[in-house]
Amino acid sequence: MATQSKGVEAAVFNSELGTDMDLISLIDISKHYQMGGQTVKALDSVTVHIAKNDYLAFIGSSGSGKSTMLNILGCLDRPSIGTYHLNGKDVDSLTENELSEIRNLEIGFIFQSFNLLPRSTALANVMQPLVYRNISYKARKKLALEALQRVGLDSRISHFPNQLSGGQRQRVAIARALVTEPSILLADEPTGNLDSRTTDEIMILFDRLHHDGHTLIIVTHETEIADHCKRVVELKDGRIFSDSRH
Amino acid sequence: MLFSLIESFRSALIAIFANRMRSFLTTLGIIIGVASVISVVSLTGGMSAFIGDSFEALGSNSLTISSYTPFEDLMKGVRSRLSPEDLELIERRADGIASITPILAANRSSQIKYGPQTSFSEILGTTYAFQDVSQSYTQSGRFLAQSDNLTRRRVAVIGEEVRDNLNLPDNPINEYIEFSGEWFKIVGLLESRGEVMGQSRDNLVLIPYSTMVSILGNQTRTDIGIQLTLSPSAELDLVTIQLTALLRDAHNLGAGEEDDFRIQTPEQLTEQVDEILGTLTLVVGGIVSISLLVGGIGIMNIMLVSVTERTREIGVCKAIGAKSHHILMQFLIEAMLLSLIGGIIGLALGYGLGALISSGIPDFPPASVPPWAALLALGFSGAVGVLFGILPAAKASRLDPIDALRYE
Ligand SMILES: Nc1ncnc2c1ncn2[C@@H]1O[C@H](COP(=O)(O)OP(=O)(O)OP(=O)(O)O)[C@@H](O)[C@H]1O
Ligand SMILES: [Mg+2]
Repeated sequence: MATQSKGVEAAVFNSELGTDMDLISLIDISKHYQMGGQTVKALDSVTVHIAKNDYLAFIGSSGSGKSTMLNILGCLDRPSIGTYHLNGKDVDSLTENELSEIRNLEIGFIFQSFNLLPRSTALANVMQPLVYRNISYKARKKLALEALQRVGLDSRISHFPNQLSGGQRQRVAIARALVTEPSILLADEPTGNLDSRTTDEIMILFDRLHHDGHTLIIVTHETEIADHCKRVVELKDGRIFSDSRH
Repeated sequence: MLFSLIESFRSALIAIFANRMRSFLTTLGIIIGVASVISVVSLTGGMSAFIGDSFEALGSNSLTISSYTPFEDLMKGVRSRLSPEDLELIERRADGIASITPILAANRSSQIKYGPQTSFSEILGTTYAFQDVSQSYTQSGRFLAQSDNLTRRRVAVIGEEVRDNLNLPDNPINEYIEFSGEWFKIVGLLESRGEVMGQSRDNLVLIPYSTMVSILGNQTRTDIGIQLTLSPSAELDLVTIQLTALLRDAHNLGAGEEDDFRIQTPEQLTEQVDEILGTLTLVVGGIVSISLLVGGIGIMNIMLVSVTERTREIGVCKAIGAKSHHILMQFLIEAMLLSLIGGIIGLALGYGLGALISSGIPDFPPASVPPWAALLALGFSGAVGVLFGILPAAKASRLDPIDALRYE
């Protein structure tokens, strides 16, 4: 109960009040690493509430805790302390396999280095998350083709990742994140490996996904990208420094 | 579960074929192990079936006597033999014998001629009693007669295949064939005895025993084989004891000395051969288990390397929803398929090797791989893959997604 009230306080401080409508509630989250007898606080008592269809950027200097935050949001990592509610589910007490299931059902990841499977074609890469739902090949293919269409990549689908340009690879990765119809899309420096023209294309795609009702959370250190977002949260030394909407 | 399993098989095959050379080298241990066991099994399998069938033709109440050289004598250069006198002695003195015949083989495969045609056949010198003892009868003409033997006539009874090979007329009776520089008149054609394991048993020429003795006589001290059948009332054990006593006495063997002959029933012969083949199989089995072990360790090693190489991929799969068992199955299936493919290659190689060896040795029965051996070999290689895949697969499935994704 104590953490709960403290969480509300923090939320007030962050000018973003938690409500039942929130898709994500991170309450008083800390993440500590032990480094040679010294404790590194990658996140330090952070409380964030994120609503459905939010379009949020985490910004901040290198080492401020952005990736740590995103990994916790994506159920890849667990906080050292604090509670996390995702889409009405309490994530803290889940086992590794249950977390895998949550990631499969609720979350779509987009990485800076694309992280496509090298021996699978673009189509097979997009189909891959559905394999873990034990969906038939035909159904997987149908859904994957739809997702590829949504990212504007319906040709070159039988190419392997090393036969695609960076922008095309990132589109495949976005299609892979979309194919499961997740409740949130998480992107860690999604344009970090792309040139400015391709970056613009990808950002236009993100804008459209936001417009279509998706919830997007993006980690970036580029202000132009943060400008696309509706809400910008700046982290500093593992704490929330500012939280603004525009 | 089904669709993700199918997908695991598919991507395992892709992974194996993406590293063709490495996969091949990894499975070499399995390939060699399976190939060696299959080639040996294919040879011994053909052999024991062949031998079993050959002895079956002899009645179960028949006995074979042959010379046997004990080991010490062999070292001294002394060779035991059964002589025509031994045969006479048994004929005169032994009880309970229905029919008895000597068998004197010419050089294992000997050339016979008819006009321009030549053929290599098994040529045996024997007597009229051969037809009862070995149950081979003539379809036309007559069998060897007692008088043929007494007068050392140059007559022959031939098998179907000999007639065929030499282009003899359908009725070859009264034609002449040449063997060892002598002319033999054909007096009878044997009923076909069919094939055993693709090997014809009709490539046979029978001539009178005494005629064979005179042909070979000055070349060697004759060592004959004796085949006999018991009369219905005779006891096998008693006859054996009596024959042993007779021959020991005739060969002047002292109380401590070993028999210099062997008296065997067809069953005993078959058993003996089976025993030798069994020992051989055991030895090969030992070698194979070692090579499978080595092969398995090779697979484990390469799978561990593979897990390390694909750490990032494993992280990605976990990030997009793979559970531990998905990753575990993925690597287990890959290890199993790797090993199984090695097993299949080994199976084909071993069969080819067996066929090559058996066709290279004259008169060797053709190689045959019994289905159980093929299944066992594949089962074993699959099992080796699973067994040695467990450790790498478990390692992969336990990877922390964050650490795996961060791996460079
Ligand atoms: N596995 C770890 N072990 C120890 N310290 C870690 C680990 N992961 C992160 N940290 C530390 O936590 C802090 C936050 O790291 P994080 O990766 O979240 O930063 P970031 O904001 O994403 O930085 P960048 O913009 O460079 O990607 C850093 O000081 C980092 O050194
Ligand atoms: Mg980062």
